[in-house]
Amino acid sequence: MKIEKYSGRVTEGPLENVYVYEAPVRLWHWITVLMMIPLAVTGYLIGDPPSVTGAGEATFNYTFAWVRIIHFSCAMIFAVAFLMRVYWAIVGNHYAHSLFLPPVWRLAWWKGLFRQLAYYLFIKKEPDSWIGHNPLAQAGMFMMFVLGAVTIIVTGFALYAQQWASGQSWMLLFGWVHCLFGESQAVRTVHHLAMYYLLVFVILHIYMAFREDIMGKETVISTMVNGIRAFKTKDH
Amino acid sequence: MTETYYDLLRRQGISRRSFLQFCSLTAASLGLSQVGAQEIAHAMQTKPRLPVIWLHGMECTCCSEAFIRSSHPLVKDVVLSMISLDYSNTLMAAAADQAEEQLESIIRDYKGKYILAVEGSSSLAGDGIYCMSRGKTFIEKLAHVAKDAKAVISWGSCASWGCVQAAKPNPTQAVPIHKVVTNKPVIKVPGCPPIPEVMTAVITYYLTYDSIPPLDAQGRPKMFYSQRIHDKCYRRPHFDAGQFVEKFDDDGARMGYCLYKVGCKGPTTYNACSAIRWNDGLSFPIQSGHGCIGCSEDNFWDKGSFYKHLPTILPPGWGGIEATADKVGLTAVAVTGAAVAAHAALSAIKQTSSKSRNDKLAAKE
Repeated sequence: MKIEKYSGRVTEGPLENVYVYEAPVRLWHWITVLMMIPLAVTGYLIGDPPSVTGAGEATFNYTFAWVRIIHFSCAMIFAVAFLMRVYWAIVGNHYAHSLFLPPVWRLAWWKGLFRQLAYYLFIKKEPDSWIGHNPLAQAGMFMMFVLGAVTIIVTGFALYAQQWASGQSWMLLFGWVHCLFGESQAVRTVHHLAMYYLLVFVILHIYMAFREDIMGKETVISTMVNGIRAFKTKDH
Repeated sequence: MTETYYDLLRRQGISRRSFLQFCSLTAASLGLSQVGAQEIAHAMQTKPRLPVIWLHGMECTCCSEAFIRSSHPLVKDVVLSMISLDYSNTLMAAAADQAEEQLESIIRDYKGKYILAVEGSSSLAGDGIYCMSRGKTFIEKLAHVAKDAKAVISWGSCASWGCVQAAKPNPTQAVPIHKVVTNKPVIKVPGCPPIPEVMTAVITYYLTYDSIPPLDAQGRPKMFYSQRIHDKCYRRPHFDAGQFVEKFDDDGARMGYCLYKVGCKGPTTYNACSAIRWNDGLSFPIQSGHGCIGCSEDNFWDKGSFYKHLPTILPPGWGGIEATADKVGLTAVAVTGAAVAAHAALSAIKQTSSKSRNDKLAAKE
């Protein structure tokens, strides 16, 4: 099997199984999935909380604070998992850094991107076979997931830091974000919009994963479970 | 010998006891210890009075108004003594030529020793012709007075951020004073108006320690602007409990629930209102049942309704004046969902048609 450098396209058969996603990558993926669900739900609730009127004294209620604690805790796990993933991009295998550093300076990568785009636009009938992410998926992952996640993590920590006075604790680390945006309402708005940006990514990502798994030549969903990119047919 | 604050206060009939009370009060609001109070008392008794020049740019005088309405008699006296004797268009007795003469004499006699306090923003459009007095633009006057000032204090949101004059579309190109005075330290004391006790404390701090108070990254005194209204709000337990006012006439409003959902800007506003409060600690907006409007924050006029939690994020032509992050985001999610569904359907059709074609070809063979 021959694989084109920089785009990951299989140029010559026979197709063989490849170990693509190492255990830390898979672990990170599913932790992120697990965390994003409560994060989106509690995040939305923080922006538009239901009111628990008529629940008696405030002393005996801690409803909204629980929503926020869940949000903060999940966010911490999400961020730590992301940090670990960045670390793995450096020390992991060849496929581990493809979503952080798409080789945009390579012609083969761009050609691959347009081949895949043409396939999705029904211009090109037959799909190509890819090891790892195809260039279009890489671009999507980088633009939507990596940038979205970095934005939501940085703005999130900046908002979290607000419970400390300026120059203290987390504020020391993330106070600059508020200066960058001018004022903290802008940080909130960006954080809020980043959630929708990631939700749009999630829709596209799940759709593409299922579509490729059903219509494409290679396995996609099981790859994120066992790490192995297998092909349904052996001929290229 | 130059008069000290203490001499001045005694001459105005203020007792030593009240004077010490003022020192303790100010030390407490500055977050200083008992020693701080003694240092303030010492400074006010020994150091010559700090000349303060108070200039007015484009503003509504609410800073001065707040100042002179401070109900604590001593604070008021200190404040008035601190400023009215030097130069303040609104409060000084002199007028016209006399007033200008006085201004020049302070600049001359106290060169590099006086403090310049500015209330109001500067106008840059048309070389500053939208804000003029006695044939001179305000930017000229500001630059002239700032040149020999020791430090510059920007009173209020106008001088600190631009405030309402700088709101869209900002026809006069109103800018905060740190855009005009770039070579001096500028202490921002934002608020529309700022809290009088904060204003006095800033000047007192300068007198006592002969340096500007510690400032945060945006140039505001840390002791008053490092925490949000929300962090010290007495309604905070209702926030944590999830008890919110939904409408201004509901039971929650009557029971003093959190005003988060009716647009309170407390969680994004850095100021000391919930700690120091107003009118001698009597109340502050949230205590009176109205959400904070975030008047001490930059750009607070252009963030949409004061009564909505989420600000408007798109220009009015794009999706109306109600285009909040939720509306924009949900629309994006819906559009993506529809596009995905359409693409899935089209894929299925293509797949089926190519399969049937293959079957036909196979049958032919």
